[in-house]
Amino acid sequence: MDKIKFERVTKKFLVRDEYKKGAQREFTAIKDIEFSVKEGEFITLVGPSGCGKSTLLDLLTGLTQPTKGRILIDGREITGPGLDRGIVFQQYALFPWKTARGNIEFGLEAKGIPKSERKEKAEYYLDLVGLKNFADRYPHELSGGMKQRVAIARSLAFNPDVLLMDEPFAALDAQTRETLQTELLRIWKKTGKTIIFITHGIDEAVYLGERVVVLSANPGTVKKIVDIPLKDRLEDADIKSNPAFINARREVWNLLHEPEFQGAHI
Amino acid sequence: MVTINKPATKLNEPSKPQKSSSPSLTAFVKAFKNSIVLIVFILLWELAPQLGFVEKTFLPPFSEVVQAWWELLVTGELWRHFEASILRSLFGFLLALALAIPLGLIIGWYPLARDLLTPILELFRNTAALALLPVFILILGIGEVSKISIVLFACTWPVLLNTISAVKNVDPLLIKSARSMNISSFKLFYKVILPASVPTIFTGIRMAGTGAILVLIAAEMIGAKAGLGYFITYSQYNFLIPEMYAGIITISLLGLLINYGLSSAERYFSRWKQ
Repeated sequence: MDKIKFERVTKKFLVRDEYKKGAQREFTAIKDIEFSVKEGEFITLVGPSGCGKSTLLDLLTGLTQPTKGRILIDGREITGPGLDRGIVFQQYALFPWKTARGNIEFGLEAKGIPKSERKEKAEYYLDLVGLKNFADRYPHELSGGMKQRVAIARSLAFNPDVLLMDEPFAALDAQTRETLQTELLRIWKKTGKTIIFITHGIDEAVYLGERVVVLSANPGTVKKIVDIPLKDRLEDADIKSNPAFINARREVWNLLHEPEFQGAHI
Repeated sequence: MVTINKPATKLNEPSKPQKSSSPSLTAFVKAFKNSIVLIVFILLWELAPQLGFVEKTFLPPFSEVVQAWWELLVTGELWRHFEASILRSLFGFLLALALAIPLGLIIGWYPLARDLLTPILELFRNTAALALLPVFILILGIGEVSKISIVLFACTWPVLLNTISAVKNVDPLLIKSARSMNISSFKLFYKVILPASVPTIFTGIRMAGTGAILVLIAAEMIGAKAGLGYFITYSQYNFLIPEMYAGIITISLLGLLINYGLSSAERYFSRWKQ
């Protein structure tokens, strides 16, 4: 069964009209987006800037509503934010006045989990992301990679079915990014979450996603959904030299570099 | 032998190699660095009148001032004025906090209130409180009420405006993150907006602390029967010059005390920063 289903989702905004002073005009951020995500699937979304990635994420979190169409999760329409979805932002969004543990407990508190259980759960998820010894550190005492681990732990801790990730590794250095990609795959295997992962990195999209949704810009639409036939991402240390990876990578690359993208600021 | 407790080294900072040989020597050098200019200043104050560089009548040597200060302390005279001043400033200051912080939180939270009120608040903030002192005295008389009110007035604006801007400038990503966890507006305010605002609010509180003393002393100089401001002008009119300086030193001490208290509070509430 489909975990998440986009049904001809369109989102329009009123923006300032750059040609007529003081006037506003309608801007279509995404148009007729339609695809589904299976339960437990890892799906990545890749596209040029202006393809409405952030808009899609805001719609999924329920912080904004689509102008047309609807998004279903377990067959029910998304009408607002909920703890069935956890979000990981590029800029971590950790509360700087709370320790790593405190940040993880924040989500648990929001879910109404009693105080006695919060500590234990926080410990478990800190351990899962490999930060057991950093529980009492404040965010400013952690490196970028550690902050993102805390953010992932925070989102996992209140046990959402779906994890939404908005370019979570974009601000990290290459080495940390690779480590965290592998860690994320391991966590995904272990927890069986449905993951929607937004990125602008082609390699990242192909490496992580079982399917890659390639978006086109202005307005954002689904160009193609590419199946990635990689089986043992974690076992194969040199997977990026695997012909299947190279072919998939080339396909996504070609899709993103077709003529319609020319001038679209990729 | 003096032993010094080594501060707990932070894990993410490599510990600096110790340059000097013994820790007690390092501490001595540090204390020397911190106090040398102060010592020179006091020496100058002591020697300049003694050696006749300045008129001894108008600037008595430091030792004479200290002696006068000690006598005032022993007789309880100084305490009477100190008490009057600190009670007035504390009362006005705390009243201002109790008023300005909640009000600022509310105004900051509602964009319409913020847009409507900010211009007039800026106007008030930039009206020197002392310029309004005659108005306060006219309306409230020269008793305690007018003095506490002027402190209240002077302290309110920095706290209020800083609180408003603190709430307005909370990182929208934090709000988004909290909202995505479906928490209520009340909890969002209490758990996110409020703690995120604390450092900026404290900047306002410290500005208010400095302002409180300044305004109060001036008000006491104009019309009062007790208080350090009154004591200084009284000593001047009666040509009690060492006593006058003793009063001034006491004001410095009061200022240092308040600043120290506020910095400690700030450190405590913002300990999650550096």
